[in-house]
Amino acid sequence: MSGALRIPGAGRLSQAKTARFSFDGQSYTGIEGDTLASALLANGVHLVGRSFKYHRPRGILSAGAEEPNALVQIVRDDARKTPNVRATVQELYDGLAANSQNRWPSLSFDVGAVNDLASPLFSAGFYYKTFMWPKAAWKSLYEPKIREAAGLGVSPERPDPDHYSSRYAHCDVLVLGGGAAGITAALAAAETGVRVILADEQAEFGGSLRFESGARIDGQDGFAWAQAAIARLSAMDNVRVLPRTTAFGYYAQNFVGLVERVSDHLKAPGHDLPRERLWQVRARRVVLASGAIERHMVFANNDRPGVMLAGAARTFLNHYGVAVGRNVGVYTANDSAYGAAIDLKKAGVNVAAIVDLRDNPSGPVVDEARALGIEINFGRAVIRAGGKLRVSSMTVQPKNGGGERTIAVDAILMSAGWTPSVHLFSQSRGKVAFNDETKRFVPGAYAQDCVSVGACNGTDGLSATVDEAYAAGAKAAKDAGAKAAKGVKPKVDASESWSRGMLGAAPGAGPDTTVKAFVDFQNDVTAKDIRQAVHEGMRSIEHVKRFTTNGMATDQGKTSNMHGLAIAAETLGKPIPEVGLTTFRAPYTPVTFGAIISHARGPLFDPTRKTAIHPWAAAQGAVFEDVGQWKRAWYFPKAGEDMHAAVDRECVGVRSQAGLFDASTLGKIEVVGPDAARFMELLYTNPWEKLEPGRCRYGIMLREDGFIYDDGVVGRLAPDRFHVTTTTGGAPRVMNHMEDYLQTEFPHLNVWLTSITEQWAVIAVQGPKSRDIIAPLVEGIDMSDEALPHMSVREGKICGVPTRLFRMSFTGERGFEVNVPADYGQAVWEALWAEGQKHGATAYGTEAMHVLRAEKGYIIVGQDTDGTVTPNDAGLDWAVGKKKTDFVGIRGLTRPDLVAKGRKQLVGLKTKDAKVVLEEGAQIVEDPKQAIPMKMIGHVTSSYWSQNCGRSIALALVAGGRDRMGDTLFVPMPDGVIEVEVTGMVFFDETGGRLNG
Amino acid sequence: MLLIRCPYCEEERPELEFRNAGEAHIARSANMAGESDDDFEKFFFIRSNPKGIIYERWRHIHGCARFFNAVRDTVTDKFVMTYKAGEPKPSKLPKNSNEVVAK
Ligand SMILES: [Zn+2]
Repeated sequence: MSGALRIPGAGRLSQAKTARFSFDGQSYTGIEGDTLASALLANGVHLVGRSFKYHRPRGILSAGAEEPNALVQIVRDDARKTPNVRATVQELYDGLAANSQNRWPSLSFDVGAVNDLASPLFSAGFYYKTFMWPKAAWKSLYEPKIREAAGLGVSPERPDPDHYSSRYAHCDVLVLGGGAAGITAALAAAETGVRVILADEQAEFGGSLRFESGARIDGQDGFAWAQAAIARLSAMDNVRVLPRTTAFGYYAQNFVGLVERVSDHLKAPGHDLPRERLWQVRARRVVLASGAIERHMVFANNDRPGVMLAGAARTFLNHYGVAVGRNVGVYTANDSAYGAAIDLKKAGVNVAAIVDLRDNPSGPVVDEARALGIEINFGRAVIRAGGKLRVSSMTVQPKNGGGERTIAVDAILMSAGWTPSVHLFSQSRGKVAFNDETKRFVPGAYAQDCVSVGACNGTDGLSATVDEAYAAGAKAAKDAGAKAAKGVKPKVDASESWSRGMLGAAPGAGPDTTVKAFVDFQNDVTAKDIRQAVHEGMRSIEHVKRFTTNGMATDQGKTSNMHGLAIAAETLGKPIPEVGLTTFRAPYTPVTFGAIISHARGPLFDPTRKTAIHPWAAAQGAVFEDVGQWKRAWYFPKAGEDMHAAVDRECVGVRSQAGLFDASTLGKIEVVGPDAARFMELLYTNPWEKLEPGRCRYGIMLREDGFIYDDGVVGRLAPDRFHVTTTTGGAPRVMNHMEDYLQTEFPHLNVWLTSITEQWAVIAVQGPKSRDIIAPLVEGIDMSDEALPHMSVREGKICGVPTRLFRMSFTGERGFEVNVPADYGQAVWEALWAEGQKHGATAYGTEAMHVLRAEKGYIIVGQDTDGTVTPNDAGLDWAVGKKKTDFVGIRGLTRPDLVAKGRKQLVGLKTKDAKVVLEEGAQIVEDPKQAIPMKMIGHVTSSYWSQNCGRSIALALVAGGRDRMGDTLFVPMPDGVIEVEVTGMVFFDETGGRLNG
Repeated sequence: MLLIRCPYCEEERPELEFRNAGEAHIARSANMAGESDDDFEKFFFIRSNPKGIIYERWRHIHGCARFFNAVRDTVTDKFVMTYKAGEPKPSKLPKNSNEVVAK
C-alpha cells in the first residue's frame, strides 16, 4: 500500500508502480508519478519543515512551484545535496532520500522554536533595529548566529559532479505555460506550420485541468484532452514540447531563458544526461499562458501543518489519488474551494464544514455541496486554527463578531481567490493595470511582441480562455509570417466558473488584533508586521517589502504579494494602485548556478592560450604563471631549487653567458599601407616618418588624456610596413584603440591593421654569447654589429624558415628576438637551445625577465604605470616628438595638472639594508614618526632581489622623485620601518656598454 | 540579450557580438594641440548621459569589426536605428523603432 491516505480509484497514477523513499531517515512508500509532497501526504505526513524566523512547524501549502513552506534537502550522495527543493515540484523516484531543513535536533522538537515565544524581538524591521549596535558585534556575533539559526538547507561538501547543458533556440511562437490556454494557443499556432515551442514547469501538461474535475473539452475529460493534444503537438515536426521546463526570465526583444530539469526525477540518471538544460530562446512572438496562483486566507495560525490551498488539496486528490485528511474543513471567500469539498466528499472523506466569508452566495457549486449534505456556514470566518504540529480544529465566528464555535478537523482547505501570474509579463517590461472591479493586477500596456491569454490575463472561465487562446495563437503565428490556420478550435463542453474572492486579512486578524496571521509563510511575515511597517513610516510598497521582507524569500511572494499590498493599502487608507505593486524580477523560480554556467567551468571557464614553445617548457619542468589567458613559463627549477634559487641562477646565466626566453605572447600588430608612417605618427608619441627601414624604435602610446596606454618596440620593415609590438596583456585593446582611430578619426589614411600575435613565435636570445648562438643558424642576414646594430631588424631565414630577426634587448645585454612562423616555433627553439648548450645558455622565465629589466630600469606598463603616469613621470620624455603637431594625447600632456610641479615620478630605491626586499605596493613616507594616518608620498611599483647586483632593487613612484636623489625615505611596514635611498632607475651597467658588448 | 543591426553587415545580430564604444558625434579637433582647456574638457570629459535617446558608438567586434553609430533609448534599451560611422547625426528619428530595425 502506497500510503494510508491513498484513495482507491482516485487519481491518475498506477498503484502498481510503487517507489520507496525516505524522509528524515524514515522509510515510506509512494507511487511513480508522485511528487515528494503527494507521497508524504499519502502517508499522512504534513509536518515537513520549520519556518525561517520563528521556527514554526510548517506543512505543505500548495501543489506547485509557488510553494513557500515545503522546502527540503534532496540527498543523492556527498556531492549531491540539493537544498531548498520544493517538495511539491520534486518528482518521486525509487530510493529518493529527503531531509527537512532549518530544525535542530529534530523536526518535531526544535530548539529554535523559542524564537516563536520571543517573537516581539523579531517583528518587522528586526534586522535593522535589533542588531544596530555595537558595530563589531554584527560581524562576529549577530550575522553568524542569524545565518546558523535561519539557514535554509546545507551546502554539499564536494564540487558538483553533475553536468549541465545549454542550447540556443529560435522559434516563431513561444508558448509559456501548458494548461488549457497554452495548449490551445500552441495548437492554433502549430496548425499553421510555424515553428512553435511549448514549455511548462510541470512533468505533465494540463495546468489546472489536473484538478478541475468539472472540465470537459472535445468530449473528453479536460486532463485527458490535454494529454491527447500534447501527443498531437509532440508528433508535429514544427513543434518542440518541453515539460519540466520553467521560463525564469523574459529579456529584451523576446529573448526568454528557460531551465529544463532533465534528470532530477530519475532514480539513476546516466552521466550522458545533463542534470539541467538552459534554453535561450529568441521568439518572434511570445504567448504568455502562465495561469493564476491561489491565495490563502490570512487568519490566526493559518500556517499550521494541514492548512493548505483548496486547489492543492484537489490536485492531490484528483491527480495523485491522495486525501489530505480524513476530516477536513474548508475556509473560503470564493466558489473555487467548493470544488475541493465536493470532490473530497465524493471520494469518501468527511467534510466537517464549509466556512464562507460571503453572506449569501449561490450557484451550482453551492447547491451541489448542499445536496451532498455538507454543512455550509455563510457570513462566517475561521478566526483561528488549533493544533501545533498538525491542525486539529478550526474556530468559527460570525464575521462581525459573536459566539465562537470550534470544529475538529485534520486539514483546512482555504481559498481567498486567484492571482493572475503576471510575473513574466512584468519582466518583459509590460505595465500591469489594476482592475478595480475584480481587484486584480492584469496585463496593461505591452512593451514587447507578446500576448497574455487565460487566467494570467484575468480571463475567467474555460470557454472564454479557449476562445482567447486560440485566437491569440493563430494571430501570433500570422504576425510571425504564417499563411492561414487549418485547424479546428477545441470545443469546451463543460467547465467550472469561479467568482472573485478577497484580499488582505480576514476578520479575526484585523488591525485591532495581535494574532499571528501569516501573509508570507517563507519569511514569516504577518498581517501585523505589515501594519507595523506602515505605522513606522513606510509609505511605498517597495519600502514595506524591504522593511518586513514580505515577498523577498525564494518564492518571491507568489502567494503573499497581493495580501501584503492590500493590508498596507488599508492601513494607509489609500486605494491599492496608489500603493503600487512591487517589481517582478527574474528568476521566476530559483535557478541553479550549474544551469547558468553550463560547461563553462574548470578548464572550460576561460580559454587557455599556450605558445608554440609551451610543450618544450613543460617537458623541462617549467613552473607556469597565468598572464591574462596565457600560460607563461615563470621559471625553470632544477632539482632541489626553490623559486629564488632558480631565478638567481637564470639571471646570472643570462648576463654571464646567454639566455633563451619565450616571448611569443608579446602582442604584435602589422601596420601596412601608403599612410602607415603617418598613422604611426598619430598613434605614438614618437616621430616615425624618418625612421629608416630596417631600424627599430621604442614607441609610447598615449590616450587623449596624456597618460601612458601601452609601449613596445616597433620595427620598420619597409617604407609602408611596420611590425609593432605591444604588451602581452595590452594586445587586444591596443588593436581596438588603433582600429577606432583609423575607422572614425583618421579614415582618410590608407592603412591596414592586422593582428599577427599568433602568427609569429618569438624567441628572445639575450646575453654576451647571443650572437654566437644565433649566427650559425641564420641565412641571408649579416650579423655583424655594423650591419645589424642595436635596434635594427632584418628579414631572412633561420633553420631554413623565414624570420624577422630583431636586434633588441629587454635585458640590457646584447640581444635578439627571433620571430618565426608559429608552426616552426618549437623546432627553431630546439635548434637554438642545442646551439646554446655549446655556450652555456640558460632557459629563463618571466620572473627572471622581470628582474633583468628592472636591473636596467626598463618599465612595465601596467606595473610601473597605472593609467595616471605620463611619459615625463616615467622618465621617458625623450620618446615624445617635440616637433610633432599632432598625436593622440598631445593636448592631454599640456593639461595644468600634468605639467604641475610635484607629480609622482618613477625613481629607483635602494634599501639601506641591502638584504631587505621591499614589498610591491608598499607606501612611502618622508617622516616615519608622524601621526597616523601618515602622509603617503608614493609607492613601490617593482621590487626584486638582484643576484647580479648582490642586493635588493626597487622602482617606485614618488612625488617630486627626481628632485630627491640621494634622499632617505621610509617605508612603514607592520613589523618595522624600512629605510630607503632614492636613486636613479638603472642599477646595472649604467653606461649601457653591454648592449653592444 | 539585445539584437543590434550592424549597418555594414546589414543584419541583426546578438549583443554578444558587439561592444559599446561610448557617446557618438564627439569630434576630435583638427587642431588638437591648440585646443583651450575648456574645449578639451568638453571633448574628453563631458558626456551627456541622457535619460532617453542617446547617440552612441558600437563596434561589431566579433563580426565585421566596424565601428558604427546607434540611436538607443536608455530607458527601454531599445535601438531606434543604427547608421555608419561618419554619417551625420540623424535630424529626424523614425517613429516606430521596430520598423527601422526590420528594414
Ligand atoms: Zn558588422
